[in-house]
Amino acid sequence: MILDFIYENIEFIYLIFLMIIVGIELISHVPSVLHTPLMSGANAIHGVVLIGAILVLGKAHSDDYFSLVLGFVGVVLGTLNVVGGFVVTDRMLEMFKKKDKGGKA
Amino acid sequence: MRKYFTLENLALGLLIGVGGGYMLNPDETKALPIQELFYLLGSIGFVVGLKMMGKPDTARRGNQIAAIGMIFAVVAALVFGKDGEDLHNVPLILGAIALGTIVGTMMAKKVQMTAMPQMVSLFNGMGGACAALIGLMEFHEMTAAFASVDSEVGQALVAAAMALTGAAAEMQTQLGIIYAGLIIGTVSFAGSMIAYGKLEGKIKDLALPGQQYINLGLLASVVGLAAGHTLGYLDGTFWFYIVLVIAAVYGILFVLPIGGADMPVVISLLNSFTGVAAACGGFLYDNNVMLMGGVLVGSAGTILTVVMCNAMNRSLTNVLLGKVGGASAAASAGNSAGGSIRELQATDVAIMMKYASKVVIVPGYGLAVAQAQHVCHEMELLLESEGVEVKYAIHPVAGRMPGHMNVLLAESSVEYDKLVEMEDINPEFATTDVVLVVGANDVVNPAAKTDPSSPIYGMPILDVENAKQVVVLKRSMKAGYAGIDNDLFYNTKCGMLFGDAKDSLQKLVSEVKSL
Repeated sequence: MILDFIYENIEFIYLIFLMIIVGIELISHVPSVLHTPLMSGANAIHGVVLIGAILVLGKAHSDDYFSLVLGFVGVVLGTLNVVGGFVVTDRMLEMFKKKDKGGKA
Repeated sequence: MRKYFTLENLALGLLIGVGGGYMLNPDETKALPIQELFYLLGSIGFVVGLKMMGKPDTARRGNQIAAIGMIFAVVAALVFGKDGEDLHNVPLILGAIALGTIVGTMMAKKVQMTAMPQMVSLFNGMGGACAALIGLMEFHEMTAAFASVDSEVGQALVAAAMALTGAAAEMQTQLGIIYAGLIIGTVSFAGSMIAYGKLEGKIKDLALPGQQYINLGLLASVVGLAAGHTLGYLDGTFWFYIVLVIAAVYGILFVLPIGGADMPVVISLLNSFTGVAAACGGFLYDNNVMLMGGVLVGSAGTILTVVMCNAMNRSLTNVLLGKVGGASAAASAGNSAGGSIRELQATDVAIMMKYASKVVIVPGYGLAVAQAQHVCHEMELLLESEGVEVKYAIHPVAGRMPGHMNVLLAESSVEYDKLVEMEDINPEFATTDVVLVVGANDVVNPAAKTDPSSPIYGMPILDVENAKQVVVLKRSMKAGYAGIDNDLFYNTKCGMLFGDAKDSLQKLVSEVKSL
C-alpha cells in the first residue's frame, strides 16, 4: 500500500524533495539583518493556501450554507494573509533602500 | 522610457493579455494549459522573489516579484477553476477577496514598526486558519456525499463498490491529507494567536506543572485519533471534530509557556507550519503552485528558525520547552548583591561624548518602545559634525527579532553601513571611548560569558565592558526581558543615565549643542 502511494505520487515526491533543498539553500546564507523581512515575506508566500479556499468555495452548492460561510471566511483570511503579508514586508524593505535625493538627511 | 519595460510590467501585461483574451473568447481546450503555465510562473515568482529577498539591495524588488507570482497563481485559480470546471459562487469569492484586500492593506499600513513581529504572527495565524477551514469543508463535503445515499443497504453497496474500484483507498489518502492540513493549520492558528497576545502584552507566560507531558499527550492523541479515523479503526464523523478541538488546545498550550523573548523563534516555526499546511492543500487539489509555495516556506521557515536559534546560541528544544522563563526567577535572586551603581547627569555624558573620538551606540528594544530612533539619529549627526566617529553595534537579536533593529533604525534614515554586526564591532570596543547603551540589557550582560548558572549563559553578547566608558540609558534598575540582573551596571567603568530613552537622548542633544 505504501509502495502504491509512492508510485502514484512520485512526481510530487520529487517536487517536495527539490523544493526542500531550494528552501534551505535560499535561506542559509542570508545576513541576520534580513531575517525579519524574510520571515514576513515567506509568511506572505504561504498565503497561497488562499487558492485552496477559492477552489473549495467555488465548488460549494448554493444551498450549502455551512460551506458557503466557512468558505467565505476562509477566502477573507487567506487574502488577509497574502495582502497583509506582502504590504508589511514591503513597508519593512522600503526602509532599506539606498538614500538618494528623497532622503531627509 | 526604459523603465516601463521592467520584468514586472512584462509579467502583468502577459497576465492581462492572456487572461483577458481567454475570458473574451473562451476555448475549453486551452484552459488547462494556460492555467498550468500561470501556476508555473507563480512558482517561479516565489523562488526568484525569495532568493532576491536574501540581499539588502534586491530585497524589496524580490518581495514585489513574489507578490506578482501570487497574482498569477490566484488569477489562474479564479479564471480557470479546477480541472477545467468553472467556479461557482464567483461574486462571493470576489467579495471575500476585496474585503480581505482592503482590511489587510489597512492593517499592514497602520501598524507601528515596533509592533511588526505581532503583525506577522497575526497574518500567519490567518493563513493557518484558512488551511484549517479548507480541511473542515472538504471533510464536510466528503461525509455529505456519502450520507446522501439513503438506506444503510445503499451505503453498504456504495462502500463495497468503492472497495472494488480502489476508490476507498484513494478516499483514505484524501482523508489523511485533509487531517494533516487541518491539524497543522489549527495548531498554527491557535499558536499564532497566543504569540500575538504575548507580544502585545495581553497574555502572560504560563506553565502548568508537567506541561511537557501534557503537551506530548495531546500531540500523541491528536495524531493517534487522526490516524485511527483515517485507517478505519474509529468510526463516526464526530472524531474529526474532537481532533480539531484537541489540536487547537495543543496549539495554545504549545506556545503558552514559551518566554516572550523567544516569540520570534516560535513565530518563525509556526510560519513554516502554515507552509506545510498549504502544501497539504496542494497535494489534495493536485495543485503545483500551492505545493511548491507551501513546501518552500516550510523548509525555508524551518531553516530560518534554526538560524535564529543559533544567533541566540540556544537549541530549538530549549526554546520550545521554555527553559528561560523557568530558570530566570531563581537566578535573579542570587545575583543582585553586585555593589553600587554610579548615576550620571546628562551634562556629564554630553561632555564625555563630545570630547571622545569614537562613540558606539548599542540600541535595544527600549529605544524602539520610546520611539527614540529619530532623536538618536539626530545625536549621531550632531556628534559627527563635532568630528566624533559614531557607529551602531547591532546584536543579532536586538529588538524583538533578528533584523528588527535594523529596520527601526533604517526607518529614521540611519545610514546602512553605520550599522555594524556583532562579530565586526566586538574587536572595536577596545578602541572605543564611550559606549552608549540605549534601552538594551540582556545583549550586554556579561553573565552570558561568566555565569554558567545564568539562563542566558552561552548567548553571544556585545563586549561593551572593553570600552573606556560605558553609559547605560535606562528607565530604572528593572531587569531586562530575560528577567535577570546585569553585572555590567555595577562595573566601575559604567554609569547610568535614568529616564525615558527619548527624553534622555533629547537632553543629550541639547547639552552637546550648548557646550
